[in-house]
Amino acid sequence: MGRLNIVISNTSEKPLYEQIKEQIKSAILKGDLKNGELLPSIRNFSTDLKVSILTIRRVYDELEKEGFVSSQAGKGTFVLAGNEDLMEDTKRVLIEEKMIEMVNLSKSLGVSLQDLHDILDIVYEEV
Amino acid sequence: METALDVRNVSKHFKNFTLDNVSLELKENCITGFLGKNGAGKTTLIKIILGLLHKDSGEIVFFSNKYKNVETIKNKIGVVLDDGYFYDNLNLEQMKNVVAATYSEWNENTYQMYLKKFHLNENQLISSLSKGMKLKYALALSLSHNADLLIMDEPTSGLDSEIRKELMDILGEYVQSDGKSVFFSTHITSDLERCADEIVIINNGKIIEQSSKDEMIESNRMVKGTLDDLKKMSDEYIKILDKTKYGFTGITSDFREIKQLLPNIVLEKASLEDIFLAKIGGDRNEDDL
Repeated sequence: MGRLNIVISNTSEKPLYEQIKEQIKSAILKGDLKNGELLPSIRNFSTDLKVSILTIRRVYDELEKEGFVSSQAGKGTFVLAGNEDLMEDTKRVLIEEKMIEMVNLSKSLGVSLQDLHDILDIVYEEV
Repeated sequence: METALDVRNVSKHFKNFTLDNVSLELKENCITGFLGKNGAGKTTLIKIILGLLHKDSGEIVFFSNKYKNVETIKNKIGVVLDDGYFYDNLNLEQMKNVVAATYSEWNENTYQMYLKKFHLNENQLISSLSKGMKLKYALALSLSHNADLLIMDEPTSGLDSEIRKELMDILGEYVQSDGKSVFFSTHITSDLERCADEIVIINNGKIIEQSSKDEMIESNRMVKGTLDDLKKMSDEYIKILDKTKYGFTGITSDFREIKQLLPNIVLEKASLEDIFLAKIGGDRNEDDL
């Protein structure tokens, strides 16, 4: 299996299933998990992460509904990263969420769109 | 998800205690912790499940009625009871022969594998085993006849934390195989934090909650504030754990409402222990403190 790091925060307000789901999703989007790769079994994964098997079941169910994985009875759960449109859309949505915060902050501080563009150009180069 | 054990509306009346209309469901491949303080009814229910005590009413279904034969069901259940029920003057091998003869699917290789793993010596007398070794021996026996459901009554009571952790790891390993499930009673919440998938809480002979461990922790918060804060909250919002003239600590599942009402109140992740204490604390309110 490709590289999959899962770090669970006990101080986060986000429920466990959401934290785990987001990290698997981001591994798929970054290409750390490749199309067709087998994810750990639900039982094995939950024991390793010390979370309830029911939490991992929910994570896999939701990832399947969103189209990121596919489960096959008796075989396991596989990564679906072949759908370019879904990958692009998801990246876009993730960035839009952050941009909304950024734009809200800019407006509340009276920063113009042009100034925001300039700041973005500089930050993008620097980071 | 298949059901490994289904307890439906089981009641049992004693002179001073009643197991009151108890229902619970064990999901396959799960470790289910049966949590309750001493005297809550845990051992009574386990004895009823195992047929060691008669119930007054209710129904118990094993493995979704997959097996028709009572003998088969007996073979498929591994049992570890408090204090073992072993003969003290036998050695491990002699005691094993007694136990093995009662199971049709006894697997000597598995048993020998566990003996080695647990560093047990077959020639040792039962009476010379420490409490921890006795538990390991009981586990080796109960895991060596191809059981699909392991039922244990207070396996960790009186053991040090290292052996308790070892036991939890063994249970975690056991349920990795398809179709294996574990049900164990305890009054020690840290055992459950480490390995349970699902938690059933019993108090005064009644089941007061069954839910996934993560859900139980995530749907509750520890809330801390001043006595003035407390006055502004309605009683049903919160179960008080501790109250002094400086402030209070409690557990709440209505943390969103409380946050809205009192934006500056302290809300933290609650431990299973605090949630458990709050839930069995029952109707305790300010007047009792």
